[in-house]
Amino acid sequence: MKNAGMNIEDKGGDQLVLHVGPQHPGSGHFRIIVTVDGDYIVGAKPDPGYVHRGAEKMAEYRDYIQNIPHLERPVIIDATGVTLPYVLTAEKIIDVEAPERAQYIRMIMAELNRIISHLYWLGIYGIFLGHSTMFMWPMGDRELFIDLAESIGGTRVTFSYVVPGGVRNDMPTNFKERALKTFDYFERRIEEYKKIFFNNPIMTARTESVGILSPADAIKLGITGSNLRAVGIDSDTRKDEPYCLYDRVDFEIPTRKEGDSYARCIVRLEELQQSMNIMKQVLDLIEPGPIKQVIGGVMRGEPGEAFVRTEAARGTMFYHIVSDGEKNPYRVKISVPSFRNLIGMTHLLVGSKLADMPAIYWSLDYWPVEADR
Amino acid sequence: METFEEFVKRILIILFWFILISPLIIFPILFLVVGFLGIDVTIVNEILTATIDPIKAYKLAERYGLGFNSTFFKIAAFPGFTFAALVATLTILYERKLMAKAQLRVGPLYAGRFEGILQPIADLFKLLGKELVVPEKADKMFFWAAPILSIGLAASLLAVIPLSPTIYIARSEFSLLIPFAIIGFSPLVVLIAAWASSNKFAFIGGLRALHQLAAYEIPMLLSILGIVILTGSFDLMKIVEAQKDMWFIFPQFLAAIIFYITILSELERIPFDLPEAETEIVSGWLTEYTGMHFGLLQLGVYMKFYALALLFTLLFLGGWNGPAFLPPIVWLLGKLFFVITIIIFPRAVLPRLRMDQLIRIGWAWLIALSFINLFIAVIESSLGVI
Repeated sequence: MKNAGMNIEDKGGDQLVLHVGPQHPGSGHFRIIVTVDGDYIVGAKPDPGYVHRGAEKMAEYRDYIQNIPHLERPVIIDATGVTLPYVLTAEKIIDVEAPERAQYIRMIMAELNRIISHLYWLGIYGIFLGHSTMFMWPMGDRELFIDLAESIGGTRVTFSYVVPGGVRNDMPTNFKERALKTFDYFERRIEEYKKIFFNNPIMTARTESVGILSPADAIKLGITGSNLRAVGIDSDTRKDEPYCLYDRVDFEIPTRKEGDSYARCIVRLEELQQSMNIMKQVLDLIEPGPIKQVIGGVMRGEPGEAFVRTEAARGTMFYHIVSDGEKNPYRVKISVPSFRNLIGMTHLLVGSKLADMPAIYWSLDYWPVEADR
Repeated sequence: METFEEFVKRILIILFWFILISPLIIFPILFLVVGFLGIDVTIVNEILTATIDPIKAYKLAERYGLGFNSTFFKIAAFPGFTFAALVATLTILYERKLMAKAQLRVGPLYAGRFEGILQPIADLFKLLGKELVVPEKADKMFFWAAPILSIGLAASLLAVIPLSPTIYIARSEFSLLIPFAIIGFSPLVVLIAAWASSNKFAFIGGLRALHQLAAYEIPMLLSILGIVILTGSFDLMKIVEAQKDMWFIFPQFLAAIIFYITILSELERIPFDLPEAETEIVSGWLTEYTGMHFGLLQLGVYMKFYALALLFTLLFLGGWNGPAFLPPIVWLLGKLFFVITIIIFPRAVLPRLRMDQLIRIGWAWLIALSFINLFIAVIESSLGVI
């Protein structure tokens, strides 16, 4: 028989080079070139950039308000999480401040988006381990939160809702009842998720002590967000450097010590509950008032620079804007959590089994579009 | 935009008018031509009239040895290939509906008036309409052979499995051993398909199928040995007759569980679907197959599903034994439906295992348990339980 199509690269021994992605059901929009020896991965070379569109450069040709819709494109499932730090940075440049009610609504949107993003992650993680029910359930429940966010933001996914000076429009009057009803339902669903997936012996066998990240490595590689909390470090920008009005609400930072794939899963599951707790408190605290500080004319920043760090769904989202006083920003730099997760993934994949690749890859919640920007 | 139902209706109307018009126009013309050429008309007459008269058609078929009692009918229609293929396609539909209910969806709904009942036909038309893509660097002969081998293997499994004391294709003293001898070939088909595809992911899938064989084949054979000890026969007929008073699932409960797990493994179903683990190796050994190639491979897998579910029913659930108010075949099909349901169900609740875990389960647990089961069978046999 011919082996012409196999293209076994001569690596010495029985090593086989596999191109996983960009067209592969188990890769996102990126390619990772893995070398396998038997069932073990001996080399992993990520090849990001498949969906690079130059969001940072594009931001230099648009003014502060036009930048919002295209800057949320990299992470449309966490649209508020990615635009909120931009808007906070732009507010520092333009020198406006949003009213209190707007700050609260921003927090609600950010937490809703965190839940939407985490549920998307959970669904994909289910199907990555071959559990199709765990794909369908979170995707179905995600619709409820999308409906809630739609009632505030107007669209299902890409809201472009947070703007410099406040938010676009007020939330509907019956939002509190609807939201509490949804949270009540979803808290019961979390228990069902645990029954069918998180306490499933096969799921724990697949994820426990798989892809273990040590705290020292996590800090060295610059891992942030849930992945950092899963190694036992309670780092959360919402607590460490409170923005909006996060210092007025009380919530816990879920942490785990193991640092394996299962720890990362369970941390995200607990974060769903914490996000709902934050929203419940905000819905009690929120009071009627203005939602926007109206800025006349074109927004122009003072010459100078500003930076803001927030906690998006995947970790710390960092924006650095340099202004030269024109209506467009001079330079916008985004530091995204996914790119650092990619470095962590390469670190974790080498030495693991090929079958563990989906379990490690998606447990890090690496979002290729976010990393490519 | 016509629905699928309207599409089927349109084809049926065309067929109806064709059948109506042909005896009025086409056949007279044919008769004229035949008469004009001076051919002996009697045989032609018989064949042509048989096309519009079912009774005559059946008589004609019977004369040439194709009647309901002929071997050909048994192999081709009932209880052979066509019946198995029908059960297999209905299993696919049932699986999709069951999975959908478990996942809070509706599943196939629009083809057919009741719960998407025509979906298998729609799928067949879809698969027939697709292009057959054969990769340029594939080994063409083996690439084409694999789907045919797969379905041939699945169909030959059915040759000696009886459906009732009177409905069977062939009888054999060793009708229990023959299916297991044939099942042993199925990873070979997978490997042929995988190697001929000339695709790395397919290749890994094929190798995984071989590893999987090593994990489940021995416990599968050991688990049925208990029944052979109890009955002292390899004949499925005698094994089912021996279960008149008590089904073997009660004295051989451990064997039933082992056999059930190995069925899941043989059929490459979750949690043992490693050879076609989608997120790891695309679709494993099925990666390069498209259109009807893929359809035949799937049909082969689901016919094997039917055969193994049937074996489980015969070995552990008493086969066609049941109260006399219903015919034996109805009891058998009812039990078969139950077995198919429990084979489908793990897919809704379990994720996928890893290869080393699967081999550990196979070697460390299932083989040990099946030896324990053998001792249980010997003790039961000496105590005269059966």
